[in-house]
Amino acid sequence: MTGPDLPAKRHHGLVRAAHWLNAVLLLGMIASGLQIYLAYAHFGLRGEPLPLPNPLDGGPVPAWARLGGWLAGGLNWHFALAWPFVITGLVYLAFLAFSGEWRSLLFRPRDVGPALQMQLYYLRLRRDHPPQGKHNALQKGAYTFIVLLGAIAALSGFAIYKPVQLAWLTGLFGGYELARYWHFLSVWIFVGFTLLHVVLVFAVDPASLRAMITGRYRGRFPSHD
Amino acid sequence: MTDARRLTRRDFLRLGTIAAPATLAACGWDGGPLIEPRLRAWSRVNDWVGERVLFSRARLAREYPAEERTPERDFPMYSITRNRTRRFPAAPDDWALEVGGLVRRPLKLGLAELERLPRVTYTVKHYCVEGWTAIGTWTGVPLTAIADMAGPAAEGRYLRFDSFDSRYYNGWDLASAMHPQTILAYAFNDRPLGIERGAPVRLYSPVKLGYKLTKYLTRISFTSERPGGYWEDQGYPWFGGV
Repeated sequence: MTGPDLPAKRHHGLVRAAHWLNAVLLLGMIASGLQIYLAYAHFGLRGEPLPLPNPLDGGPVPAWARLGGWLAGGLNWHFALAWPFVITGLVYLAFLAFSGEWRSLLFRPRDVGPALQMQLYYLRLRRDHPPQGKHNALQKGAYTFIVLLGAIAALSGFAIYKPVQLAWLTGLFGGYELARYWHFLSVWIFVGFTLLHVVLVFAVDPASLRAMITGRYRGRFPSHD
Repeated sequence: MTDARRLTRRDFLRLGTIAAPATLAACGWDGGPLIEPRLRAWSRVNDWVGERVLFSRARLAREYPAEERTPERDFPMYSITRNRTRRFPAAPDDWALEVGGLVRRPLKLGLAELERLPRVTYTVKHYCVEGWTAIGTWTGVPLTAIADMAGPAAEGRYLRFDSFDSRYYNGWDLASAMHPQTILAYAFNDRPLGIERGAPVRLYSPVKLGYKLTKYLTRISFTSERPGGYWEDQGYPWFGGV
């Protein structure tokens, strides 16, 4: 238990470092990825376009959203940043596993009911805030989803990086052309998630931003654990 | 609560308003003289992983039925000479492929001689560094057969492929060159290789990106020093394996 003057310890230093590192790396990965994408701004085999939605078909991708200057530059940035991006992800997952923190983050079947209750609360169809641990069931769903998305982004990246040597992986994504689409799709989901995430932080619980920087939380939603 | 901590959020926001446009303005940027060379150097680490960890000579690229070929009008073609002069480079009348460098028996092979050697035909997917793919059928001599004839020395750990297309060239690792699907191709989709595809003979392999597949081939050299390449010297990944 913590009193009002003793802010609750919320995030381990490692989690905070991983979070901010990820934010910067993801920005670089997306910008260099868009530079690479621009070299062939379509999906599907030559002469056989994939009938899938692509708002960026044929480009253009504005210069401010690109990193690398040209294709080779984009590739070199992308393949260099991929190392810290993947390593940060693996270190974060290892931390969750060894610290037991995964229990408060992993969305499991038993979280379905509470997630619905939480949704009802947000829709103002339920008056009292449902009981929760460190994170509510909806948050668990969001954080589990984003870690999965990170894994899909990285794996689909490897699938298009080495479609012959890692043919089994490329096959899991439905072949090279679809894997490339998956990789691209993950960008839009990351962008959408991040926008929603930032809006929610500022609109609902700005104190959580400080918690992600200092590790201590002193906002209006004190830890329930 | 220390002052430093109290200031954090406000400072962070202030920093963000300054940093965000700065980051955006930095985009479309190659890294500048400080970072760009380091990115290129790091690319050699990726090459090492690609060559030593992920590549296997025993792993064959998938073959496709001939019906799945990409229509030829949709299968891009390019050459450095064409980009400069609008014309594909024509082979000299006395064209012959030279095989030299660190070999016991230097060779000079005309097209007819190459066509008499054991041949391989496969229909495979072509991967361009730009991100596009296309399927085509290639016929040619496995490079291993040429190596057997020339007898490379043990120090010959790399190959250099030269062309008559505005000094286009590529450097390869020995393992990829000796992959069973790496060939000197003289036919595309069952017909003799056209001038727009690298005639009379081009390097082909489904385990490398398109820019590693030297067209308009004139010379193969086994070397002890790692050769660069036309695009590789400008910053493209050297290994370029898929």
